[in-house]
Amino acid sequence: METFLQLVLTGIMVGSIYALVALGWVLIYKCSGVLNLAMGELTLIGAYVSLTFYTWGLPFPLALLATLIIGAILGILTERIFLRRLIGEPVLTIIMVTVGLSFFFRGLIELIWGTDTRVFHPPVFPYEPVRLGPVVIGQVYLWSFIAALALLGILAAFFRYTRWGLAMQAMADDEMAAMSLGISPKFVYAAAWAIAFMAAGVGGSLLGNINGVNISVGYLGLLVLPAVVLGGLNSIPGAIVGGIIIGVLQNLAGGYLDRFTPGGVKEIFPFVVMTLMLLIKPYGLFGWVRIERV
Amino acid sequence: MADGGAMLQVNNIEVRYHQVILVLKGVSLKVPAGGIVALLGANGAGKSTTLKAISGLLKHEDGQITDGSIEFMGQRIDRKSAEEIAAMGIIQVLEGRRVFEHLTVEENLRVGAHHGDGRRLSERLELVYHYFPHLRTIRNRVAGFCSGGEQQMLAIGRALMTNPRLLLLDEPSLGLAPLIVREIMEIITRLNREQGIAVLLVEQNAKLALEIAQHAYVLENGRVVMEGPAAALRDNPDIREFYLGLTEMGARKRFREAKWYKRRKRWLT
Repeated sequence: METFLQLVLTGIMVGSIYALVALGWVLIYKCSGVLNLAMGELTLIGAYVSLTFYTWGLPFPLALLATLIIGAILGILTERIFLRRLIGEPVLTIIMVTVGLSFFFRGLIELIWGTDTRVFHPPVFPYEPVRLGPVVIGQVYLWSFIAALALLGILAAFFRYTRWGLAMQAMADDEMAAMSLGISPKFVYAAAWAIAFMAAGVGGSLLGNINGVNISVGYLGLLVLPAVVLGGLNSIPGAIVGGIIIGVLQNLAGGYLDRFTPGGVKEIFPFVVMTLMLLIKPYGLFGWVRIERV
Repeated sequence: MADGGAMLQVNNIEVRYHQVILVLKGVSLKVPAGGIVALLGANGAGKSTTLKAISGLLKHEDGQITDGSIEFMGQRIDRKSAEEIAAMGIIQVLEGRRVFEHLTVEENLRVGAHHGDGRRLSERLELVYHYFPHLRTIRNRVAGFCSGGEQQMLAIGRALMTNPRLLLLDEPSLGLAPLIVREIMEIITRLNREQGIAVLLVEQNAKLALEIAQHAYVLENGRVVMEGPAAALRDNPDIREFYLGLTEMGARKRFREAKWYKRRKRWLT
């Protein structure tokens, strides 16, 4: 029972990081219809950027802030250079471009940072675990959870209360109608990419604190795909719930099934869930069923 | 201004979709400052395309103005983007209402105020609620669940939030109950009179449109085939027959006797 609780709790905490990255993914999909397969690399870039700032001696919160800023700039550049000219092109073309982007980013990362695993040194979070009742949790998980929740909260408030957030939601709902009110689609697309880069960056940096930074953080970033399929491709709450569920399932699978296999269940299991989900409920838990008026 | 106080002047525009399909073959029209102008015509005549050409939304549908020009307050706007045109005060209310279904009524309105001064937001909201008091009572309802009439009011209210000078209304009566249509037409007239907002109104319901407009154009197959003061068009025998469904005596005509197709041909040549 304790193992179970332990697994579920760490699962929720790691899952909150997936939720953050998944939210960025959903945002791009909702606002511009781009199915972004380079999300893992965005996560990876975030991890390396924050690591670099940290090794330069910046305190971790400032390194995170710097990652956010760099992320926003990279997001806007990516949209401007690669995706703007593709507006109105067939879906497959755009997907292929994001695949290309993922290889491009990966190459760039290896060029700049090499392929060795690096760790945050000195460690950002103390090693002593925290006791929560019967369960023992590493501090890094706890703080990652808090950071992810805080950022999710900020983003939720941004969408609800600011005019830019509302404009992005409007654009996701009905592009033509939003344009008829003078809202610029270019602005919305750029903002979506900037926020996605920022969310993935923070996610990557937190994941890097847990596992160390190497290419495999990129694979973790790719877990957004099962998360968003589970939650529904165009649902922001779905992304959050989906991310957390994937985190928990992944942890449980790793904890209980890994002993029967040579390993790797943890990596595959989310994608098994994704496949099942696509068979049973292709719109996900919270995907849009068009509102029908009675 | 070039032409006797015309606020909007469309000069002989030609519009193509996908660079091949010629939809408008030389349309000219004028909207005077503070006026209501109706644009009538059958399905596929090019009414919506004309509005989209003015508002700049055409480019979004791979349409292009290949000839002619559009001037607003003495400035050429046919090469400007939809955002720039909206910022100048020309706002199109799209056909079929197109509210943001997943946002609440008030959030929909706030999207309309996107470019406005944030401090004047509540002022604009009050203005919209003044003209559409019903919207205030449903302000927290999700727009997708509102009735057709409520959605149409919301669409017009949302446009009003932008502080427009010229509204391009595309079939505001589409699919609504006659009573609601009356109400909406009255509000449009009041907006025009009290706020000085000029209106270019596209309507299938020619009777209503000719009641509230001062001037009207009839579009067929991408050409203006007739224009004149609304009162004159109301009395025109062709309009009476094809758009108002009345014969010279004011009685309904039987379908068998109409032979409208033959007479309609006359306009096309």
